[in-house]
Amino acid sequence: MKNSRRVMAAAAVLGAGALALASCGAAPEESGKSGDAAAKDFLGCIVSDSGGFDDQSFNQSSYEGLKKAEHDFGIKVKQAESKANSDFSTNLNGMVSAKCDLTFSVGFLLADATKAAATANPDVNFAIVDDSSITLPNVKSLTYDTSQAAYLAGYVAAAQSKTGTVATFGGMKIPTVTIFMEGFAEGVAKYNTDKGKTVKLLGWDSAKQDGTFTGDFEKQDKGKTVTQNFLDQGADVVMPVAGPVGKGAAAAVKETKAGGKDVALVWVDSDGYESASQYKDLMLTSVVKAMGTSVEDVTKEAKDGKFDGKAYVGTLANGGVSIAPFHDFDSKVSAETKSEVDALKQQIIDGKIKVEAKK
Amino acid sequence: MSAQDQMIHREKSLLQRIAGGSWLVSVLAILVSLIVGGILIAVTNEDFQEAATYFFARPGTALGAGWTAATEAYLALFQGAIVSPDSGFLPLTETLTNATPLIMAGLGVALAFRAGMFNIGAQGQITVGAIFGAYAGFAWHLPLGLHLLVVILMSVLGGALWGGIVGWLKATTGAHEVILTIMLNYVAIKLLDWILNTPAFLRPGETNPISPIVDKSADYPVIIPGTRLHLGFIVAILLVLLVWWILNRSTLGFTLRAVGENPAAAATAGMSVKRATFLAMAIAGGLGGFAASAQISGTEHVLANGAAGSIGFDAITVALLGRSTPWGTFFAGLLFGAFRAGATNMQISTGTPIDIVLVVQSLIVLFIAAPPLVRTMFGLNRLAKGPKPKAPKPTTHVAEVPAAPATVGAHAAKGAGTVPDAADAPTAVDSPSAVDAGPSTAKHAADPEPPTPPGEAGPTAPETTEGGSK
Repeated sequence: MKNSRRVMAAAAVLGAGALALASCGAAPEESGKSGDAAAKDFLGCIVSDSGGFDDQSFNQSSYEGLKKAEHDFGIKVKQAESKANSDFSTNLNGMVSAKCDLTFSVGFLLADATKAAATANPDVNFAIVDDSSITLPNVKSLTYDTSQAAYLAGYVAAAQSKTGTVATFGGMKIPTVTIFMEGFAEGVAKYNTDKGKTVKLLGWDSAKQDGTFTGDFEKQDKGKTVTQNFLDQGADVVMPVAGPVGKGAAAAVKETKAGGKDVALVWVDSDGYESASQYKDLMLTSVVKAMGTSVEDVTKEAKDGKFDGKAYVGTLANGGVSIAPFHDFDSKVSAETKSEVDALKQQIIDGKIKVEAKK
Repeated sequence: MSAQDQMIHREKSLLQRIAGGSWLVSVLAILVSLIVGGILIAVTNEDFQEAATYFFARPGTALGAGWTAATEAYLALFQGAIVSPDSGFLPLTETLTNATPLIMAGLGVALAFRAGMFNIGAQGQITVGAIFGAYAGFAWHLPLGLHLLVVILMSVLGGALWGGIVGWLKATTGAHEVILTIMLNYVAIKLLDWILNTPAFLRPGETNPISPIVDKSADYPVIIPGTRLHLGFIVAILLVLLVWWILNRSTLGFTLRAVGENPAAAATAGMSVKRATFLAMAIAGGLGGFAASAQISGTEHVLANGAAGSIGFDAITVALLGRSTPWGTFFAGLLFGAFRAGATNMQISTGTPIDIVLVVQSLIVLFIAAPPLVRTMFGLNRLAKGPKPKAPKPTTHVAEVPAAPATVGAHAAKGAGTVPDAADAPTAVDSPSAVDAGPSTAKHAADPEPPTPPGEAGPTAPETTEGGSK
C-alpha cells in the first residue's frame, strides 16, 4: 500500500511538472508582444501601501488620479499593491525594472524604500504622496495642508451647530489625520472668538494635541460607536477622519437623524456627497484633499518633460485642498456664514490667518 | 470534565488528521488550488470578460483570452519567483528572502502543533519580537557582529515572552491556547500602535509612526551582493535542523510529542504536561522572534505598523502544508516565499491582482484541511483500496490511543536519549511516534487492534487512563 502511494505521488509530481512545463512553453511569444506595446509610451506607475488601491482613502485617490491620466493623456499605467512593508522595495524595484518613467509611492511608510530606489536609480523619477522627508532631484513630494480647509469646515460646523457641540475623531494618531482635527478645532475656536460663542469640540484637544481615535481605518462599527457617544453628548456635527471608518460614523448620524434630531456630517478626503452618496443628505460639507488631481498634474508634467523635484504642498491657494459645496445644506447655511467663510478663505490664502497645525 | 475531555480529544483528532495528511494530498491540494486560481485569473481578465459577452457565438475567443491570461500570469509568477530572462536567478534570491521569516515562524507553529497546540499567535509573537529587536537595533549602538547577535537575541526574547505567556496561562489555568493567542495578537498589535506614538521609538522631531532605521551593524549581512538574500536564510536552515533535532532526537522533543499525542498518558508516564506546555509555547514564540529578526534586520530595517506583515498567519498555512514536520515546513515556506516573490512580478507585468495569490494560498489550506475532498476528487479512495483492505477510517485514530500509555512509559523509563524514531524503524508497530510516520504507519498500527466501533466509543479509553493518573 505504501508503494502504491509513492507511485501515485510520483505520478502527481510528474503531472504537475508536465503542466508547469507546458505552460512555460506556450507563453513566451505572448509576453513578447505585450512587452513591445508597453514600451512605446510614457509609463506611469504606482505602488500602494498595505491599504491597497480600494482603501477609499489616499491609495485609491492617487490611483484614480493616475488612471485619469491614463484616460486623458493616453499614457500606460502599471500598479502594484503592497501586502506587507517588506514588499515596498520589491515593488519599487519591480517598477524600475519595468522601465517606469514616473513611479508614485503612496504614503510615508514607503519613504525609506523610495529614497533608496531613487538614490540607486538617479535617472528614474519618483513622486511620493503624503510625505515630505525626501529631498532628491528625482523625487517630488506631494503633501497637503488640509488644516486650511478643515479650518473652514470647523468654522461652518460651529456656525451650523444648534446644540453648541461639534465633534471629530481620527482613525489613527498620525500626522496626516491629526492635521484635519487640528484645523477643525482652530476653525471652531475662530468662530467662538469672532462671535463670542462657546461651541464645544469633542474628540480633539488642541492644547494636548490628542483626541479620540478608533485605532484603525477598517472597523466601521467602532466609528459608529464613537460617533454615537458624541451624538449622545449633544454633538450635532461630526467630522470623522478615518477613511472607510467614516461610513460607520455616517450610519450613526443617519440613525440619529431618522430619530428626529438635526445632525450632520463633515466628510474628508473627497466630496462625500459624491463618494459616499448613500449618505449625501447628511453631508454639511467635505474637506477635500485633491490627491487625484495633483497626481494627474504631476504625471502630465513628467510626460511633458517638465518633472522637477520641488515639493508640492496642496493649499487653499493652489486648490490642492478645498472645502466642498454645501449641496443639500446650501439653503440651511446662512448667507452671512457663507460670506464669512469666503473671507476666511481669502485671509488664509493671503497669509493673514495662519493655521498652526503641526505637520 | 468528561465533556471537556471529549472536546479536547475531538480537537486533537482534527489536529492529527491535518498534520498526518499524506504528502500526496499536499501536492494535489497545491495543484488543484493553482488550477482554480488559473480559472479565476481567466474569468477576471478584461479581455475574457469582453469576449465572454459573445461566448456562445465564438467560444474560442473567450477561452483563448482566458487561457492567455492564466498562462501569462503564471509565467510571470514563475519568472518572478525562480528565473527570468531579464534578471537570471535574481528572482530565486527574492523567493529565499521571502521564505526566510515564513520558515522561521512556520517552525514555531509546527512545533506547537506537535505538542498538541494550535499556535494562532505567531503574528503577535513576531510583532513583540520586532518591537524588542528593532529597539535594540536603533537605540543601542554596538560593534559589528555583536549588534546583530543582540538584536536576534532580543527578538527571540520578545517572541518567547509572548509565546511563553500563553504556555504559562494554559499550563497554570487551563485557558485555551487558541483564545489566548488570538487575543494576544490583538494586544501585540495595539501595543505596537501605542509604541509608535511614543517619542522614544520615533525619529527625532517627527511624529510619523515609524521608527528610526536600525544601525547597519544590526543587519543580517547580505549573502549575494546585489540581492536582498541575507544570512537569515542560513539561520532558517539551521533552525530547521535544530527543530528537527529537538523533535526527533531530544528528550524534550519526545516529551512534547508524547504530550501532544496524549497528555493523560504522558502524565501517567511521569512527564510534566505543564512544563511541556510552557516550553512548547515559549520555543514556538522564540521561533516567531527569529522571524521578527528576519524582518527587522533582514528586509524592513525599521519598526512600523504591520511589521509582521501577514507572516504570522501565513506561517500557520506553511506549517499545515508542511505537515508540521521541520523539513516539510521548510519546503512549504519556500513555496510560499515563491508565491510572494512571484506575485509581485505577476501584478506588475501582467496586471493580475495580487489577491489571486492569496486566494490560491487560502485554497491550499482549504484542501489540506479537507483531505477527503481531495481524495474524492482524484478518486484516491478507490485506488488506495487496492492491495489490502484496511480498517474503516474513523477507527484508526481511536484504536491507536490505548496503545500509547504503555509504550510511552516504556520509552520514558528507558531514558529518551536513545528513543527510536518510528519513521526510521517501521517495525516498531505500536510505537507512539506514529505521528511521525504519517497515516500509513498509523493504520498499520491500527490493523491488529480489534475493530472498535467508530465515534463516541473511543474517548472512554483515555478517560480511564486519566482517572488513574489523578
